[in-house]
Amino acid sequence: MKTRAIQYVVLIGVAAVFLGPLYWLLSTAFKQPTQIYQWPPAWWPHLTWENFSLAWKAAPFDRFFLNSTIITVIGTALKVVNAVLTAYAFAYLRFPFKKILFFAVLGAMMVPGHVTLLPNYLTVATLGWINTYAGLIIPGIGSAFATFLMRQHFLTLPTEVTDAAAVDGAGHLRTLWRVVLPMSRPMLITVVVITAVEEWNNFVWPLIVTNTASMRTLPVGLLILKDEEGLAAWGTIMAGTLLVLAPMLLIFLIAQRYIVGGITAGALKG
Amino acid sequence: MTVVDLPARTHPDERTIADGNDQRKRRRRREYGLFALLVAPNLLVIAVFAYWPIIYNAFLSLTDWNMIAARPKFVGLANYGRTLTDPAFHKTLWITVVFTGLIVVGSLVIGLALAFLFNLPLKGRGAVRTIAFAPHILSGAAVATIWAFIFDPGYGLMRALIEPFGAEPPDWMNNSDWALPGLVIVYLWKNVGFAALIYLAGLQSLPKELDEAAAIDGASTWTRFRSIKLPLLAPITFFLLITTVIGTFQAFDVIAVMTGGGPGDATTTLSWSIYNEGFQAFNAGRAATLSIIMFVILLVVTTVQARVMERRVHYR
Repeated sequence: MKTRAIQYVVLIGVAAVFLGPLYWLLSTAFKQPTQIYQWPPAWWPHLTWENFSLAWKAAPFDRFFLNSTIITVIGTALKVVNAVLTAYAFAYLRFPFKKILFFAVLGAMMVPGHVTLLPNYLTVATLGWINTYAGLIIPGIGSAFATFLMRQHFLTLPTEVTDAAAVDGAGHLRTLWRVVLPMSRPMLITVVVITAVEEWNNFVWPLIVTNTASMRTLPVGLLILKDEEGLAAWGTIMAGTLLVLAPMLLIFLIAQRYIVGGITAGALKG
Repeated sequence: MTVVDLPARTHPDERTIADGNDQRKRRRRREYGLFALLVAPNLLVIAVFAYWPIIYNAFLSLTDWNMIAARPKFVGLANYGRTLTDPAFHKTLWITVVFTGLIVVGSLVIGLALAFLFNLPLKGRGAVRTIAFAPHILSGAAVATIWAFIFDPGYGLMRALIEPFGAEPPDWMNNSDWALPGLVIVYLWKNVGFAALIYLAGLQSLPKELDEAAAIDGASTWTRFRSIKLPLLAPITFFLLITTVIGTFQAFDVIAVMTGGGPGDATTTLSWSIYNEGFQAFNAGRAATLSIIMFVILLVVTTVQARVMERRVHYR
């Protein structure tokens, strides 16, 4: 009984460690400035929206929000379409040297993203895409890991179903759309959610490829807000931070099962 | 991650309809065409933005270029010579290794401990597991911003935790002794839930019989942990080790937001110095050289992984 009690204390302690910073963020974002700069700290905020309007005034957060949304939606759509089409081709179609091509796709996972920053910046500059949505989105829509996950999943589907579709005269694209994808819904959702989270959180690429406030995304805008406001405006900064986090926290709460499923599947397959 | 090599499924067109050679050839050509069409966009993007950069980097690393001059000046291996003998580079490498080492050990040890905790029959363990994992999917820049405030020596949460013990809170991010440990704390807070999740999945897939048999034979909890569970979890530990090394080597957002490589060069890792050389000092040659060095280091790491994984598969 005593060990059980200790185990519960540890469990609560762990929850506190991970919730504490998030509560600190949430409460500060809604605190009045005088409450933020007092010691000992106020644990409960006198609710105010003031920090949010200050953040809005300090930086064009509506624009950041719009940019982040555009990049996440379009970037995710293109990347997932790429993954699905590539995976279908590798799972169901014949092609000479297919195996080598598949390794070429997977090999992209061995190239660390950080190593590609400078050359990709120069390539995007040559294309005239600096500070454009194309420059923000296109370099990231190649898909290796998601393609791998989708293909492995397609190969587990019973052949009878795709065969039946073909006998009924369905072409490949129709089979993909009407038969294979509906049967792959959980995996598809996993891939979409994981990709969207990555796109939304992406930091270093938007940082280097954009150079005006109107093209910044939320995470980059946050860095600029923090550097400009400094230590005197934690309320404003925490309000901005909450704007960056809230959509992903929401998605996490809704689609947690899929994210966790996808991540453990990726790990345990190895 | 090994690629399970299953044969491709043929579309039953070819099997169900008996037809002449000509028709089959035409069908095959159509299939090739469709394959090319479906795969081309992805392959093109991968070629241009994942493979070409390696070649481009290799070329740039042999040049001196400020990205303004019309063309890079060829300098041979001068960048490598200068970088590899530069004490500042040695320090950067050392900081990267220390940072990565602390995070690897921290994530594995804490992750495993959390996994054991979440595997106990406790009420609410699922909720706590979710809470611990949540930071992993949050924006690194945002998480770093929260922690920048927590570490604020004047009004931060850390001061409230440290002062009751009679200690003075350090000025974490402006103190060269505390900045790196501070980053490690943030990075662990963000990512340890991932290790816990993977370990938990591993623990739950372990065969129960071995552990039960050992328990009946009177093996202590510690012995069972050390001689049964830990060895059985070795593949997972290895997977986490590799992914954590690769991820931590490229850690950027937390550093950019919290320290910008400073104070001085106290948190200048290899990833930060690539950014710094390329996009702040506009020294393309140096940045490319550092990129190639990082690429080679991580390539060695992944190759070792592939080798070990291969052996494991063969011997099982």
